[in-house]
Amino acid sequence: MNSIVLLIILSVYLGLLFGVAHWAEKRGNSKWTNNPYVYTLSLAVYCSAWTYYGSIGVAATSGLNYLPIYIGPIIVIPVWIIILRKIIRISKINKVSSIADFISLRYGNSRFLGALVTLICIFGILPYIALQLKAIAETFKVVTKTTGEFNIFSDTTTYVAIALALFASYYGTRYVDASEQRKGIVTAVALESVLKLFFFLLLGVYVTFFVFDGFDDIYAQASQFADFKEKNTVGGIPQAINWFFLCILSLFAIFLLPRQFQMSVVENNRESHIKTAIWLFPLYLLLFNIFVYPVAWGGNILFEGKSVNPDTYSLLIPQFFDNQFITVLVFLGGFSAAISMIVVSSIGLSTMLSNNLLIPYGFLGRLQSEVQEHNTKKIVKIRKVGIFVLIIFSYIIYRVFVLEYNLFSIGMVSFVIIAQLAPAFFGAVLWRRGSKKGAVTGIIIGFLICTYTLLVPYAIGITNADNSFITNGLFGIELLKPFQLFGIDYLDPVPQALFWSILFNTMSYLSVSVSFMGNYRERNYAEMYVNIDHHIATDENAFIWKGTAYTSDIQKVLNRFLGEERTKRALNLFRLKYNVENTQGLADARLIKFAENLLTGHIGTASAKILISSVVKEEKITLPEVLKILEESKENILINKKLTETSKELKAITAQLKKANEDLILKDKQKDEFLDTISHELRTPITAIRAATEILHDDDDVPVEMKKQFLSNIITESDRLNRLITKILDLEKFDSGLQKIYVTKNNIYLTICETIKQLKQLIENKNITIDLISERNIVKAFYDEDRITQVLNNLLSNAIKFCPNQDGTIAISIKETDKNIEVAVEDNGKGIDENDFEAVFDKFYQSSNQNIRKPVGSGLGLAICKKIIEHHNGKIWAENTINAGARLTFTIPKYSREIT
Amino acid sequence: MKKILIVDDEPNIVMSLEYTFKKNNFQVFIARDGQEALDILKTALPDIIILDVMMPNVDGYNTLEQIKNDTRLKHTKVIFLSAKNKEKDIEKGLSLGADLYMTKPFSVKKLVEHVNELTNN
Repeated sequence: MNSIVLLIILSVYLGLLFGVAHWAEKRGNSKWTNNPYVYTLSLAVYCSAWTYYGSIGVAATSGLNYLPIYIGPIIVIPVWIIILRKIIRISKINKVSSIADFISLRYGNSRFLGALVTLICIFGILPYIALQLKAIAETFKVVTKTTGEFNIFSDTTTYVAIALALFASYYGTRYVDASEQRKGIVTAVALESVLKLFFFLLLGVYVTFFVFDGFDDIYAQASQFADFKEKNTVGGIPQAINWFFLCILSLFAIFLLPRQFQMSVVENNRESHIKTAIWLFPLYLLLFNIFVYPVAWGGNILFEGKSVNPDTYSLLIPQFFDNQFITVLVFLGGFSAAISMIVVSSIGLSTMLSNNLLIPYGFLGRLQSEVQEHNTKKIVKIRKVGIFVLIIFSYIIYRVFVLEYNLFSIGMVSFVIIAQLAPAFFGAVLWRRGSKKGAVTGIIIGFLICTYTLLVPYAIGITNADNSFITNGLFGIELLKPFQLFGIDYLDPVPQALFWSILFNTMSYLSVSVSFMGNYRERNYAEMYVNIDHHIATDENAFIWKGTAYTSDIQKVLNRFLGEERTKRALNLFRLKYNVENTQGLADARLIKFAENLLTGHIGTASAKILISSVVKEEKITLPEVLKILEESKENILINKKLTETSKELKAITAQLKKANEDLILKDKQKDEFLDTISHELRTPITAIRAATEILHDDDDVPVEMKKQFLSNIITESDRLNRLITKILDLEKFDSGLQKIYVTKNNIYLTICETIKQLKQLIENKNITIDLISERNIVKAFYDEDRITQVLNNLLSNAIKFCPNQDGTIAISIKETDKNIEVAVEDNGKGIDENDFEAVFDKFYQSSNQNIRKPVGSGLGLAICKKIIEHHNGKIWAENTINAGARLTFTIPKYSREIT
Repeated sequence: MKKILIVDDEPNIVMSLEYTFKKNNFQVFIARDGQEALDILKTALPDIIILDVMMPNVDGYNTLEQIKNDTRLKHTKVIFLSAKNKEKDIEKGLSLGADLYMTKPFSVKKLVEHVNELTNN
């Protein structure tokens, strides 16, 4: 394909990506850019050109060895839900913007450690970026079928590098606060992740099903190769150990690579997104690996005996069959993989470069302007130049050191260097005793060992110098042979370097940490890191500091970097959070930590501490003091917890009391009404008696007939008065629990008949028909006969009262259920208002209007019935019949032999 | 002959009142609740009404309110005669425009005196 055409395609493609980034940046809050899928796909920046091309190269030349790089992450990802979440929390709270910040903050805001981590990262990653550029250059040549260009101006890679440098420095430095999220970049990377996977799968399907006849066909042809079997078995214990170390290596990489830290921690905007990532990301890696093997062996079959670079099989195969379309798509996929790695890595590195190396070690002095805009501009400029320089520097590495090694081995070296951060990094979140001295020693020793075992031999290999160092060891000492250090000869160079460097690194970290305790600040941060969940809400409380500081001084420093308005807003938030008065002149530990956090995103943690320290007077605190305070704060947390519990209990009790009080008030009101009604009911017969008596007393001329009538009235009203008093006392006895029920075995059928007999006169007077419905005439039950007779008498009297004057009927029915006897009394009167079904059992039941009197006897009858039935463990209720008459039903327990 | 309307749901009390006022030369009307009283008042124009408070259907207070709305009855005197003897009940009765509030049990003699006093003015 013509170079110009391909360049045009590339430009259009790059334009598209820039467009997406621009769009996403503008719509930072849209759900298209803020979802767990974009987050997960952005993590796939892990799959760089090395994955895209290198895996096939490795699979073709050395079989299954490409797999551990993906197995490591897949194994460790489930643990993300715990560890990554912890790291994200720590980073968000402390405004951490890079792995250098993360490590240096934990070990006491150490400027030196931050710089060391930055240097390690730059050292490890720059060749890696160069590798991506190499991949772009080489694949470009393959697609356009041109040979190497040694003129910088006609090398396409030059322009690609410049374009990427511009893109990354523009979108990567939109915010001065490096801990802010870069939506544009993240979205563009996520899109690229989709494209590279799609194009790769497309190629896989093309090779497997169109070039060959499916997996079986490739396998059948490939198994003809002499070395096929050897390449595709793990090959005994030594090889298994190699595998094991490669898995460990990639497991570290997924946490420690600056681009992974950038995407998984700094760009994470919701913890819950991890939940999607832990299944989707492994799935992504698996999909990426399905076709590696068929494409690699397909290439081996097609190009047997020809000298071609197996890394480029994915392009050569479609090209071999003259399929330009697929060739270009595969090229674009690889291009995507490369540029996302370059862009994200260079942003991460430049943040570290500015915040952890340049600013704390030199530029801080130049950021003294009182005007915020000037400082901000300077910081952004440092970062922009940083990104640009890093990419261009990688380009130089690519140009000057013509990288002879394949993609896979350069990537591996890069991983091993970055892996040196592992002990300090994981120790930071898991081990309180880990100290700065330990971390520094470990990293330096680890790095020196990997220089000896890996970097030097590789450098020698590149320059083709005398190889006696590799074959005979340093000074000819066997034990110091870089690839077989201390005589271990069954490990490949990379696992060997990893093993020795990490072993010594970890040992130094542990032993130095244990021997030399860290200072109080380290111990303080150790507590905040390891125990982050305790400090998440009020992290500033966990910060220990003693000294004198003035709020106004701190405010001035903040003004310089945040501007007056943001500073004011931030301080207001702080005051709200801790309920502090605005007028406080002296700053406390919380404000100092808060201010350091605010600055950290802008200038890195070490510089933030330096700046704040310059305006406050700090007193030394001894380590025992810190430990004591930490213990106390733990106790305080406990006490607080107890206090919260107590206050919760108090609240519950208060609520209960309130409820009880309301009940009492209601009861009191009911009692008042009850007394009102009772006095009214008692006065009424007295009134009648008083009036009649007065007439008889004063008037001698009352006719005899009238006289008799008055006297008879007096008798009736006296009886009424007596009945009323008896009922009130009855009810009172039930209420106070003095009323006793004497339960004996009885026949309810008989009791009903007796009651009907007592009321015979009333029934006949009103001409009422009575039906008694029962299956048998002996229905045994346990009850107090006198009391149940009282109930039946009451129900029947009411029924008689409410029956119409003509054609009145009353039906009494006895029904036996499993455990109970159910007796119902129905009349054919007007029935009961539906709303009053329950109220009729209240004492002196009255409808809503207090002054309206209902003609229900004394108003105590049903209330007493209810008490009696309840004392029998039965129920009583009112309802209306189909014919709208009233039906009152009660139950009493059936006779059974068990109750005696 | 003066006319009196007795409104009460207790037949034995009504009987005593009826006997007493007939003996004192009143034409006596009897109602057993507020509704009956209002029905009677559509045709009869009594000089005085004796009104119970607690009654079925329409209570005494409600009855008095309707009486006060009837301009034909503006000269009719009203005495509440009730067993409700609380301060607030009495105040309510008087504020509705009753001329007198007597509590039960009552003295027949005194009631007759009050009725005569009210009807002679």
